[in-house]
Amino acid sequence: MVITNIEMIPGKRVVKHLGLVQGSTVRAKHVGKDIMAGFKNIVGGELKSYTELLNESRQEATNRMIEQATAAGANAILNVRFSTSSITQGAAELFAYGTAVVIE
Amino acid sequence: MDVLFGIFAQAPDFFIFLLLFVVGYIFGRIAEASHYRSIRAREKELAGVLVFSNRFPPNQSQPREAVLVAGSVVISDDYFKHAVAGLQTFFGGRLRSYEALVDRARREAVLRMKAEAVRHHSKLIINVKFQTYAVPGKSAMGAVELLAYGTALAPLSGVQHPGIPQSTAA
Repeated sequence: MVITNIEMIPGKRVVKHLGLVQGSTVRAKHVGKDIMAGFKNIVGGELKSYTELLNESRQEATNRMIEQATAAGANAILNVRFSTSSITQGAAELFAYGTAVVIE
Repeated sequence: MDVLFGIFAQAPDFFIFLLLFVVGYIFGRIAEASHYRSIRAREKELAGVLVFSNRFPPNQSQPREAVLVAGSVVISDDYFKHAVAGLQTFFGGRLRSYEALVDRARREAVLRMKAEAVRHHSKLIINVKFQTYAVPGKSAMGAVELLAYGTALAPLSGVQHPGIPQSTAA
């Protein structure tokens, strides 16, 4: 599965468009991690546990998008976009979407 | 000393605030300075990876490997920045301490994206997008996530292309 955020793949021709595919996940933080982050909040710097959490969640959303594309018979997803939004205090939705296509 | 104890007995909250303020200032300064040093060093190292916001590759017909690459980081403010920003929002205007925070985070995200491109043997990233996300937390929290992503273009594995230098090709 080729995934890009441009509208083509250099040197390849798009044979078939299969439409929008998407994947999303809503994640909340771990209490322990939140307490550690609270300490880090006094002295500043990177919150590694949060970076990892958001990365993992984004990967999860991407994987769900890939599943959908595979089910539709695609071998590439073009023009992929990410979006993040807070649903409630302490929970975030990670969302990935793109266009599933068949390339030669 | 007696005066200090007097103040502490009268207003322990103020004392704690002062302590966090000073601790936040000292450690925040140290953390920011060392982060900037590390950013500058790695920016020099990865200067060979070109980053564009163009939607199209320079040569569209040339077959190339295309991979989505991303870099992200969550950076927290410190107690000092938070307190000062709280005051400044009353008057409005530039929040220099937060500008530095977001700048650090964005440059870090770009560096991580570049590092991922290098792992894919790419030296060119196009259509780069940025996304800023204020991480929701307790009211005292000020943390921001910066995400940078784009498409890394690399020579097809095992194929030689004119114009793209191959490492040890004879």
